[in-house]
Amino acid sequence: MFNPENLIRKGLPKGHFKDLVVRFVLAGLTYVVVLIAALLFAKIIMDGAPVLFKAKAPFVDFEFLTAKNETLHVFDDAQGNRHQLPASRYNDYLAKYEGAPIFNEQTYSYSGGGIAGPIVGTALLTIGSMVLALFFGVAAAIYLSEYAKQSPFIHAIRLAILNLAGIPSIVFGLFGFSVFVLAVPVITPTPSDRSLLTIPLHINHYVMSFQGWNSSLMAGCATLACMILPVIITASEESLRAVPQGFRDASLAMGATRWQTIRKCVLPFSLPGILTSSLLAITRVAGETAPIMFTAAVAAKDDLPWQGLKSPFDILSSQVQALPYHIYTLAARIPSSEYTRRAQYGSVFVFLLLVASLSVGSMILRAKLRSKLKW
Amino acid sequence: MIERLNPSSKDISIAVKDLDFSYGSSPVLKNIQLDIPENGVTSFIGPSGCGKSTLLRCINRMNDEIPSARITRGDIEIGGVNIYDSSVDVVKLRRDVGMVFQKSNPFPRSIYENVAYGLRLRGERDKAVLDQSVEQALHSAALWDEVKDRLQESALGLSGGQQQRLCIARAIAVKPRVVLMDEPCSALDPIATAKVEELIWDLKHAYTFVIVTHNMQQASRVSDKTAFFYMGEVIEFSDTSRMFSNPRFRKTEEYITGRFG
Repeated sequence: MFNPENLIRKGLPKGHFKDLVVRFVLAGLTYVVVLIAALLFAKIIMDGAPVLFKAKAPFVDFEFLTAKNETLHVFDDAQGNRHQLPASRYNDYLAKYEGAPIFNEQTYSYSGGGIAGPIVGTALLTIGSMVLALFFGVAAAIYLSEYAKQSPFIHAIRLAILNLAGIPSIVFGLFGFSVFVLAVPVITPTPSDRSLLTIPLHINHYVMSFQGWNSSLMAGCATLACMILPVIITASEESLRAVPQGFRDASLAMGATRWQTIRKCVLPFSLPGILTSSLLAITRVAGETAPIMFTAAVAAKDDLPWQGLKSPFDILSSQVQALPYHIYTLAARIPSSEYTRRAQYGSVFVFLLLVASLSVGSMILRAKLRSKLKW
Repeated sequence: MIERLNPSSKDISIAVKDLDFSYGSSPVLKNIQLDIPENGVTSFIGPSGCGKSTLLRCINRMNDEIPSARITRGDIEIGGVNIYDSSVDVVKLRRDVGMVFQKSNPFPRSIYENVAYGLRLRGERDKAVLDQSVEQALHSAALWDEVKDRLQESALGLSGGQQQRLCIARAIAVKPRVVLMDEPCSALDPIATAKVEELIWDLKHAYTFVIVTHNMQQASRVSDKTAFFYMGEVIEFSDTSRMFSNPRFRKTEEYITGRFG
């Protein structure tokens, strides 16, 4: 048995013993964290990986990735075989074996087919919000670090931006709902009844109507962009400031204007840093549920995102499914059973894989760019 | 090129007239009077913090970039034109008055792109013109033979002395008339320093050089005229040979002989 006195008798100084205890406690706490992470990943991988990966070629269940999400029908046929079919194929089955008896039929919402809708929805939300956030964020960062004089007002702005980063995402969701979904102006000939304010434009009966964008991809992207702006601005400012002042001096002293200097001597050298930091922000955007649940996401959608559109721009004003919200729906809105596990763990596994690959990708990119860009 | 400043004059002498300058509320330069002749080398010497770099940066208005910096009295004329007049475009002024900094600051691009930078800024796209100007500038900076086979390689691969000469090449590629140098050799070894000094010697017939230096020997070797600064004032301004052999003021003598500074 471990007796601390033995250590002392062996001649270890007292301080040494304390040191050992501290060391063991700290190591133990560290391993608890690792254990939690390991359990989490093990559970998801053990239950989720078999959904996506198959023992037989082509080894990946592409249908799960490319089919749309449907209700799952579980039933027995006359021979006692159990069938699990998504709604569309269930209807095919009924049409094919017309009049054949069906027994023990059960339906499970959202559990059949694949998750192409949520995957594409999340991709669109991520791309859209990153484009918006980078545009506004880099512009703001350039102004703050290159143009603005360091006055108390600018310090206040910086503080406000940092505070913005600490706001819970559900608050951003509600903000997006009240602003982008309900209040932002649109230009339309037919304003909605609940428009807050209409301003006639006197062009073919068009009016500017403050009625919001409804729950839509556009509103979701804007909300996510707001949430991620502080991260982008702070990271961009840091990257801009990492460019040596000497480059700016040299450029200005040669008769470059300030904007020429920024464009040719500052931005090119800070862009890699801005982009890699932004890639880390992507994982956050892709993973958030709260900001999109009121502004863009739907639990179920009959069409895949690109189907049933009159013009490509219609996608901006349509609602989308999104992976995190889909997982929330699968976990909280439907009763769990052996038939829902495939959809549940499969979605989580795919989601985890996506976010992990984004993280790893950004880390590799960062390491590569750092080694390439030194001064 | 000075036509941009004053079309009627080829004169590029610099006249500093009754100049007072301060950062915020603390005065840095007091009542500076200097007539810097054209086509020669003038050096500014003096202990740290005496305002010589500040005055240098006033000559191409680099101090405009510092929010709290301002001239409170007097002005600077180049070729008879007040460069602080509201009609003077600071961007054009800096094309005539180039600057080389204490710390060599080549861009992390190729050697060629570094030298071509100023020309590209002006919209020069003709490859032949660029090639020729780059070669000429590198020749002038005595760097051509060392880099002609690796123009497309990164400028950061050059040694410290080569980098500083590259910065000089970059500054003179746009054909300024005045070249300001802020302790250009302070980070270089004696051999690299000698090369830069030689280069200044070779170019001084075509440019007006103003050099800030902490190195007394350097001032005496390269410059025709020397100004001694102390506590924001010019104590003595005369021919270099005279200042170093027979200084007029005791303070100058003490500094030159290394008794303080």
